[in-house]
Amino acid sequence: MREVINMRKIKVSDYEIEDRFSGVSKALKLEMLKKMYEIRYFEEQAEQLIIRGKIHGTCHLYVGEEATAVGAIYALNKDDYITSTHRGHGHCIAKGADLKLMMAEFLGKKTGYCKGKGGSMHIADVEQGNLGANGVVGGGIGIATGAALTCKMKKNGKVVICFFGDGAVNQGIFHESVNMASIWRLPVIYLCENNQYGMSMPVKEAFNIERLSDRRIAYGIDGLTIDGNNIVEVFNVVSHFVERCRKGLGPVLIESLTYRWKGHSKSDAQVYRTREEVKAWMQKDPIERYKRVLLGEGIITPDDDRKLRAEVENEISEALKFAEESPFPEPSEVEEDVYA
Amino acid sequence: MRKITYLEAIREAMQQMMREDENVYLLGEDIAEYGGAFGVTVGMLEEFGKERIRNTPISEAAIIGVGIGSALTGMRPIAEIMFSDFMTIAMDQIVNQAAKIRYMFGGKAKVPLVIRTAGGGGTGAAAQHSQSLEALFTHIPGLKVVMPSCPYDAKGLLISSILDDNPVIFIEHKLLYKNKKYMQHVPEEIYRIPLGKGDIKREGRDITIVATSFMVQRSLEVADILESEEGIDCEVVDPRTLRPLDMDIIISSVKKTGKVVCIEEACYFGGFMGEVVSQIVEKAFDYLDAPVLRIAGRDCPVPYSLVLEEEMIPSVGRIKKGMLDLLGRF
Repeated sequence: MREVINMRKIKVSDYEIEDRFSGVSKALKLEMLKKMYEIRYFEEQAEQLIIRGKIHGTCHLYVGEEATAVGAIYALNKDDYITSTHRGHGHCIAKGADLKLMMAEFLGKKTGYCKGKGGSMHIADVEQGNLGANGVVGGGIGIATGAALTCKMKKNGKVVICFFGDGAVNQGIFHESVNMASIWRLPVIYLCENNQYGMSMPVKEAFNIERLSDRRIAYGIDGLTIDGNNIVEVFNVVSHFVERCRKGLGPVLIESLTYRWKGHSKSDAQVYRTREEVKAWMQKDPIERYKRVLLGEGIITPDDDRKLRAEVENEISEALKFAEESPFPEPSEVEEDVYA
Repeated sequence: MRKITYLEAIREAMQQMMREDENVYLLGEDIAEYGGAFGVTVGMLEEFGKERIRNTPISEAAIIGVGIGSALTGMRPIAEIMFSDFMTIAMDQIVNQAAKIRYMFGGKAKVPLVIRTAGGGGTGAAAQHSQSLEALFTHIPGLKVVMPSCPYDAKGLLISSILDDNPVIFIEHKLLYKNKKYMQHVPEEIYRIPLGKGDIKREGRDITIVATSFMVQRSLEVADILESEEGIDCEVVDPRTLRPLDMDIIISSVKKTGKVVCIEEACYFGGFMGEVVSQIVEKAFDYLDAPVLRIAGRDCPVPYSLVLEEEMIPSVGRIKKGMLDLLGRF
């Protein structure tokens, strides 16, 4: 499906890579747009539920960052692995999660991905290669590295994408893990979603380097910074490095520049940033940008787009209905699933 | 019948399980050519090669993180943390990740990871290389905690730990590794001791001693002294696994003797034996003929000077005196 003849080369940062996106089938290009809508609408629904006081707990919304999750994960095979973050809904959806099971988990229902025991921050689907969202900043980095070690030791040809935010880059586990992956040449893509703030801490204050991908030099690995709101670029760059990983050429550190439109979590008054800044980033809406690409290529018409959005809205409503109608767990289940 | 040391028993368990299952591998600091800080993995590199005897940089958090990630995806790693004190560097990985993944994911994942580490003092290594931190781990649902006190148990418990689908903290004691005094007959074949099953190390009628790890050996020494000098017949119970805990074996011993002393090397305050005592009081209060006695490490970091270290860790003299006081024999 993604085989391409005479691929055009494009230059991103210092790397000359193939324009694999141009060889992607129309169906898949459309599916990528649909996934972006699924994420956007799921998150908007989640926000509404929180505002309406329907959620016991919190969540961290991925709105504005959709191109990174979808572009990166669509560069993988279905059986490759990912690790996700506390802001993980987008990665789960892009990896093919069932919206009904996600919504049920968010509402703390027995039918959810984790039987109501994990909630928003711990959605996982190990069978489908999603090794889990993680409530600890940087918590997935060691796990992703270990999964990549499995891939190498079992020689199964699989690759891992390890998602984390800019905040995680200053965690000790980042340093230890990336170094280990480098010395062992593990097939892992460290994908830093730089959304400009670690909760309220601006990247500019948390780092004294220009690009977070500059950290690659310290580990002797490849790395670059990309436009995380441009799904075509994300897809092309991640595809390039997925192939290098499969060849055993070792890990990479990709910094994907993006922005979270919403607050850190439900209790964020956003005093640390200006409305102008948020608006400026909203002008770079990754979905609108991708839609323009597809309209330009004649892959969709405005009418197709309307239909697609209606379809996704309907899926979200169905998911919510399923979740609302699902039972809560029995209190007697509280000590189940502690041990295997 | 051959007799081997505690260290050899541990090594043999790993070698045999690695021959059985190619998914079992080791990772840790200086475990390859060097053979581990205490020599436990000596010779294993030659048999299994660098891929499976995987030397790591000094990165405890990543050692455990990598162990978790590989366990989650089909391997059965044995991670070695050189000193149990250094487990604290990997605490997020152990407590927030390994222990909770199965529960957080609604029982749809497993983390068959063994973390081997050397605990305990008596070596003059002072405060950062001598601690007994088991209570930190027994407090965390999702972890299993194993502390073998002799070569036979070490082999059978380690094999069970490797076969277990949960994260297991396997705490070895440095003073047991090479001491020929503790050598024991250990079967050459693979055998399992179930996690959660304690053992009576010495049968007796007069008083129950519950002890863990090296304190089991020390208790046996005290029991012999009390028998020959005072005619007191001690029963020594070794839970072997702290979590899950075989409370039944402890309770039935207490019901028999009516008196109990709980001995651990770790600091007294908040120590694991506090849990044992609490359960004894809840479950066997009516059978007690005397207050429950706890003898534990003093409430200070492990000191360097031999004089101070011997004062900090329960000694034969301190245990003997405590027990005689309890029994009203001054």
